Amino acid sequence: MTVKLLLNVNGKEVEADIDPRTLLVQFLRENLRLTGTHVGCDTGQCGACTIHLNGQAVKSCNILALQAQGSEVLTIEGLAAANGDMHPMQVAFKECHGLQCGFCTPGMVMSATALLKENPKPSEEQIRAGLDGNMCRCTGYQNIVKAVQTCAARS
Amino acid sequence: MYAFQYHRPGSLKEAAALLGKLGDGKALAGGQTLIATMKLRLAQPSDLVDLGAITELRGIKVEGDALMIGALTRHAEVAASAEVKKRIPALAVLAGGIGDRQVRAVGTLGGSVANNDPAADYPAGVLGLGATVITTQRKIVADDFFDGMYETALKPGELITAISFPLPKRAAYAKFPNPASRFAMIGVFVSQVANGSVRVAVTGAGGGVFRDAALEKALTANFTPEAVTSVKVSASGLSSDMHASAEYRAHLIGVMAKRAVVAALG
Ligand SMILES: Cc1cc2nc3c(=O)[nH]c(=O)nc-3n(C[C@H](O)[C@H](O)[C@H](O)COP(=O)(O)OP(=O)(O)OC[C@H]3O[C@@H](n4cnc5c(N)ncnc54)[C@H](O)[C@@H]3O)c2cc1C
Ligand code: FES
Ligand code: FES
Repeated sequence: MTVKLLLNVNGKEVEADIDPRTLLVQFLRENLRLTGTHVGCDTGQCGACTIHLNGQAVKSCNILALQAQGSEVLTIEGLAAANGDMHPMQVAFKECHGLQCGFCTPGMVMSATALLKENPKPSEEQIRAGLDGNMCRCTGYQNIVKAVQTCAARS
Repeated sequence: MYAFQYHRPGSLKEAAALLGKLGDGKALAGGQTLIATMKLRLAQPSDLVDLGAITELRGIKVEGDALMIGALTRHAEVAASAEVKKRIPALAVLAGGIGDRQVRAVGTLGGSVANNDPAADYPAGVLGLGATVITTQRKIVADDFFDGMYETALKPGELITAISFPLPKRAAYAKFPNPASRFAMIGVFVSQVANGSVRVAVTGAGGGVFRDAALEKALTANFTPEAVTSVKVSASGLSSDMHASAEYRAHLIGVMAKRAVVAALG
């Protein structure tokens, strides 16, 4: 069985006939070749696969692509400006050394941007709670928190 | 994940009809539990009936002396709802403490209650407030709904459409979260209604959410933190696992009940 999926991904309309089992992350990575969204755990725990679905951060390994039918999806590839300038959150992560291996970074950045949209001036505690669903095995989180604070202070 | 046939009905009527005729069909709400279960091949439904397009299942409204929340309402929506914060703030706190932001953006009230995970938060709120589960077939009071680990009174094909939470005089929820999953190691929901009677529901302790009669009696007589301290919570029947012993869980029930009473007295 295949089912037709219609989505808007990073501002572009996408249409495909897919096996209903296809996870959203699989569709993004394997069908659309948007490999910036990572798969860390594949069990909904680590947050590496975080994207925005209709403006909200969700874990794309934990939903079917068909659950996003008709929705707007934003991935890390769609965050930078059209001319290639990095998003302010990406700039802040770079400046504050908010990453080491970089594996968790796309998910962290997507969660952090969703957090600031909801709460533009979060406290440190609110940042830590807001990034609760994202794990980093390298940084110890200090510089990630600093990056989000830096980005929030600039906007 | 095993293959399945996918359906996305636009109305509740259509969804109920589909589930009625598909032998091994399952409803899909947020998928925050079901997708993981299917990946592990612990569930292999022949058909998935995605409720995502059924807008009539979403929303929060006040009806008389109760707050009516649609089954498909997301945890994040309940946590952020001005109506919930005003009428039953404890429920907003509970929803805002489920998992993490990504899970709350997708997971639903109906999915959580239907799933009845023994460490889930919502079952404590539903039982602790004496809510009524409204389904496609009937109304089920909370005391008759939960039936032990992952079991409920729901029949195959029966869908939760909404849950009606009576407005309490005061209520609060206190949870000791498992540091990894955020599920409740112990969660205690306490509510008091206008005539003074108190309900205390405990989650995370054993085979499923339950009421604690001794705490209810002590708190109905005297709604204070001291009343909680006067009750010795027994470890008998509570679960012991890698996270906590039964004795530690019994201790946590007392601590969380006390915190909930303090919060309810605000
Ligand atoms: C990382 C992570 C952390 C989590 N932490 C917590 C936590 O701290 N506390 C907590 O309580 N939960 C937690 N959860 C679980 C989460 O709350 C789920 O959203 C919830 O248990 C299931 O809701 P769902 O809408 O995703 O349901 P689904 O996964 O879609 O469905 C679950 C089950 O309910 C059935 N179902 C769904 N809707 C209905 C309906 N309307 N009528 C009848 N049956 C229905 C489905 O057929 C299925 O069997 C966590 C989940 C994850 C992935
Ligand atoms: S890959 Fe999705 S949460 Fe880890
Ligand atoms: S930078 Fe390596 S996991 Fe976060």
